Amino acid sequence: MQAKTGTWTEKKGLAQMLKGGVIMDVVTADHAKIAEEAGACAVMALERVPADIRAQGGVARMSDPELILKIMDSVSIPVMAKCRIGHFVEAQILEALGVDYIDESEVLTPADEEHHILKHGFKVPFVCGCRNLGEALRRIGEGAAMIRTKGEAGTGDVVEAVRHARTVMGAIRRLQTMGEDELMAFAKENGAPYELVKETKQLGRMPVVNFAAGGVATPADAAMMMQLGMDGVFVGSGIFKSGDPARRAAAIVKAVTHYQDASILADVSKNLGEPMVGRNVSQMPEMEKIAGRGW
Amino acid sequence: MDDGPWSAILDPTMKIGVLALQGDFAEHISMLKRLGVETAEVRLPEHLKNLDGLILPGGESTTIGKLAMAYQLMKPLQEFGRDHAVWGTCAGAIFLSKDVSRDQPLLGLMDITVQRNAFGRQVDSFETDLEIEELMKASGTEHPYHAVFIRAPIIESVQGKARPLATLEDGRIVAAQEGHLLATSFHPELTNDTRFHEYFISLAS
Repeated sequence: MQAKTGTWTEKKGLAQMLKGGVIMDVVTADHAKIAEEAGACAVMALERVPADIRAQGGVARMSDPELILKIMDSVSIPVMAKCRIGHFVEAQILEALGVDYIDESEVLTPADEEHHILKHGFKVPFVCGCRNLGEALRRIGEGAAMIRTKGEAGTGDVVEAVRHARTVMGAIRRLQTMGEDELMAFAKENGAPYELVKETKQLGRMPVVNFAAGGVATPADAAMMMQLGMDGVFVGSGIFKSGDPARRAAAIVKAVTHYQDASILADVSKNLGEPMVGRNVSQMPEMEKIAGRGW
Repeated sequence: MDDGPWSAILDPTMKIGVLALQGDFAEHISMLKRLGVETAEVRLPEHLKNLDGLILPGGESTTIGKLAMAYQLMKPLQEFGRDHAVWGTCAGAIFLSKDVSRDQPLLGLMDITVQRNAFGRQVDSFETDLEIEELMKASGTEHPYHAVFIRAPIIESVQGKARPLATLEDGRIVAAQEGHLLATSFHPELTNDTRFHEYFISLAS
């Protein structure tokens, strides 16, 4: 039999290998090595972490391929990179570079305000953000092989990550109690593909791996997201904007593994130095929030 | 549980642990449950108690190794593997091996040399059918085994008592066995084919 590459099983499968792990934002090869040394299961290669994208403003685009390649050369773990929502040519470029996963991300400035990338045509798998189950299933319908709840990136405030995780998990629980004859109305109300609604009900979980993201800054934040039912955690600005990145990174990795063991969580939370300086999402003007990007 | 009449009817159940530090341990557990086996997640040395066998799942071998070091699991795992069945899939196979030509924590239980990411990056990950004689014989089946490789390692060489169990058409080794120890480059837990899990359970009993 001819070997087949880029199959749905392959795309979904890599995300399954990342479960129970921490994916860390890195902006240099040195950061990537620190992340790998701390036990990250993958890194996200980018030019600026979300906190800096917020601070500096302007249009945020795909990172320089040279930087991404340097990071790919520096570690043995999978390397992800971000393209703008709807920017299928940035995605083609990232695929040509050989990145292991593409994040079609609301953290960058959207390139299309109506359409996301049709991701089924790519050999490389995609991860996309969501605020609710309908948004997640639309992205999976377009070919996303992994989902992350959006939270509010670059704030260090976990409140939105919690809101989005609870919204998704609550909808999945509600689906479990519904009859088959109620699923079309659910699909309509949530703007979700009917077949994926049926699959979600049958599985009792999201049809692909679902990580938390956007505002995780401490081991306790990470463990909370795991206890809420997420499969793993993305940490963006929370590590390299903190006082002691190596130590905090290792502590968050341990917290995700031992998320149900409060005495281990207490132990790893000790002496981590300054966390990133947070921004309170409830006091942010609406126009500064980025989770609303995505359609 | 009290010793009612049921205890005479029920066989003492086999219990297989899955190392749950990071990776697709839940997929292995659901496969084992389908086969009616009792399971346990292993995160700390005390979780190895009363297990008949242990699976080291897919995931990132550097992450799993570092967490095993941080929670003093290396020695208990090595001791467990001396007289119990242990099976490593992908990252787990790397963790079981003696040598991966780079500096990372390894159990060194199996006499095999492994090369990580031997096929390239994720876009090179593939699915293919394997003819695995031993598995077909053990299960009394004739159809090939459909194997899923994800950023997979290969088993560069087997030494001592280890022997190849499955190879690709070009002869590269993708599964090996050494007594009660088993290593596969691919992921039986991502398929619906239970033959490999059944084969492992037979090694554990």
